[in-house]
Amino acid sequence: MTHTSPHTAPRLSMRTRRAIWVWAFLALPVLFYSVIRFYPTIDAFRLSFTDWNLMSEPSYIGLQNYRDMFASAEFWKVFRNTFAYLIIGTPISLILSFVIAYFLDRVRFGHTFLRALYFLPFITTASAMGWVWRWFYQPAPTGVINSVLGAVGMGQLDFLRSTTWALPSIMVTAIWAGLGFQIIIFMAGLRSIPQTYYEAAKIDGVGDFAVLRKITLPLLKPTTVFLVVFSSIGFLRIFDQVYNMTTNDPGGPLGTTKPLVLMIYQTAFNSYQMGAAAAQTVVLFTILLVISLLQLWILRTR
Amino acid sequence: MQRFTKTTLLAGTVMASATAAGAVDIEYWQYIYETRVEAVDQLIAQFEEANPYINVEQVTFPYADYQTRVVAANLAGNGPDVLQMFYGWTDGFVNGNVLQPLPQDLFPAAQIEADFFPIVTAMKRGDDYYGLPTAVRSLALFYNKDLFAAAGIDNPPETLDELVETAKQLTEKDEGGNYTTVGLTVEMGGQDHQWWREVLVRQFGGVPYSGDFSTVTYNDAAGIAATQWYTDLTTVHEVGYTGFMDEGQAAFRAGRAAMTIDGTFRLGSFADITDFEWGVAELPANADGLRSNYASYFANGIGAGAEGEELEAAAKFLAYLSSPEAMALWLEVVGELPARPEVALTEQNLADPIYAPFLKGLEYAQTTTFVDEQGQRQVTMDMANRIFLQGQSVEDSVAEAAAAEQAIIDRAR
Repeated sequence: MTHTSPHTAPRLSMRTRRAIWVWAFLALPVLFYSVIRFYPTIDAFRLSFTDWNLMSEPSYIGLQNYRDMFASAEFWKVFRNTFAYLIIGTPISLILSFVIAYFLDRVRFGHTFLRALYFLPFITTASAMGWVWRWFYQPAPTGVINSVLGAVGMGQLDFLRSTTWALPSIMVTAIWAGLGFQIIIFMAGLRSIPQTYYEAAKIDGVGDFAVLRKITLPLLKPTTVFLVVFSSIGFLRIFDQVYNMTTNDPGGPLGTTKPLVLMIYQTAFNSYQMGAAAAQTVVLFTILLVISLLQLWILRTR
Repeated sequence: MQRFTKTTLLAGTVMASATAAGAVDIEYWQYIYETRVEAVDQLIAQFEEANPYINVEQVTFPYADYQTRVVAANLAGNGPDVLQMFYGWTDGFVNGNVLQPLPQDLFPAAQIEADFFPIVTAMKRGDDYYGLPTAVRSLALFYNKDLFAAAGIDNPPETLDELVETAKQLTEKDEGGNYTTVGLTVEMGGQDHQWWREVLVRQFGGVPYSGDFSTVTYNDAAGIAATQWYTDLTTVHEVGYTGFMDEGQAAFRAGRAAMTIDGTFRLGSFADITDFEWGVAELPANADGLRSNYASYFANGIGAGAEGEELEAAAKFLAYLSSPEAMALWLEVVGELPARPEVALTEQNLADPIYAPFLKGLEYAQTTTFVDEQGQRQVTMDMANRIFLQGQSVEDSVAEAAAAEQAIIDRAR
């Protein structure tokens, strides 16, 4: 190295040069993510301590936004709604999609067609679905579901106009919309389990249920972990279905369907309380982080 | 040949730069609504013809993020020179330095108050005006003439009592007890919250707010009576309910609502109804003949960033947008009522069966100063829903609504 001429660049080891190349290519996405992801996220924390209506300069008010938020009954209602979507929605959608994937995997006749049918809702625009379901849920004789209920002599349900049924009604559509994706992932997981295990089990004469419990489910764990986390985040961030199905009264009658994200949207862009909205965002961020870490820890490979 | 081309090019460049040096470019912002954009295009063309040295560029955004765009652009220092805004945003825009007052020499307050409908004062802060409307909106009762004829009813209801009776006659249910036609749409989320606030509360002897809109005053016998009357439409008279056919205007369009209360802005979308004839009537009076209405408008203001010759050009364009000529064009293209009585209350307009009821409403209309229109609307919707869905007493629900709305107002001030 001592003989390096001043005109040539200093010789770098292969390893260093490769690292430089890697970082050169990574620089763009890193910069992009820093500017449009990390910076706003961090800034949200700062804004949550301010009173800001977008027009005046943000003024520092300490923890006031958080105190107001935790003292408001509306926040806790929205908090409960958000967890209702999560706690009811995630297990139901996972069990349902696993059962469908499990049996669909064994069906040969019309397999591709059936799979496409299940996947179709996932690629449909949420707003279009929201509007169609709004009409399905109408009272008879306009709404299909109530008309059928009426025709078979059963009582009518108010669905979206009921403080009890509005949230489950929206959850059903959200589960239905996400089902296709989860089925496809579960099926990919099922296919990736080596056939040799099943063959060995067959030779040993193990029953179907034992195969499911001892082979399929344990080996499907990575897939399940992914879907649990993915689906939980989806339900915690639910917005499209709620917003599109209740545009007349955003968040349902008396806020019974309102999730945290819709509340953040309304606080920020209807009431222009950016500081308060940032505080709500920080809460959502914390919930997402804690739940995701908790799930990864519980479902970790021991 | 080549030399000729060069010379022409050169001459062209010189001429172009000469025009550019003398011209003033200003931006006009509004939200996207087909007929409004078209009307402004026509107005700009006429304005530029009369003022060849001013170029006006129209910039539009979807309504959902229009307000955010204006505020964000203003923060970044490149806001519009002239902008269209809802009168209800004035406080926020004035306090947030989005707007500057209209130059008093060109727009003297006394002149404005003499020329425009009285509701223009909602744009005044202190001695300054911050904007002027081209068109104004009011409410009226839309009714389905075919359904009226089928039921043998000749005229739209004149009073609140008649409204209930007429609605009862027009309501139809199937054998299962399900509504097939509602007599009157009942939907606070639509225009009913304005009707309740500025019309019903007053007709039952109350006032919704103190004079400066800083205190909610409907939590009294009058407010309770007005709310009782309104919710009775569903709970006692059963002439309609919230959510029927999803939205009141959808039910009316489909011919499944005999009457609905809506604004001038609905005229455009009801114009293509071909299945039945519809008409418009003044909002019903109370038993003593007292009438009220709610009027609102989008005004044009001058952006805080405009200065020097741009400010001059902006003021000139704004004056043109609020001229009688522009208002006549706006009525023709958009269908909204002129903001100057001299243009609005012409014999022709007053004889027009559609415009006349809205125009009459303007004479006695009120204009609420909102601090958070959607938030305040939500309070009214929740008030009705607590009675409809949870069986809360009217007294308690009105008290709860008044407290919630007062909190919104206090927070904003």
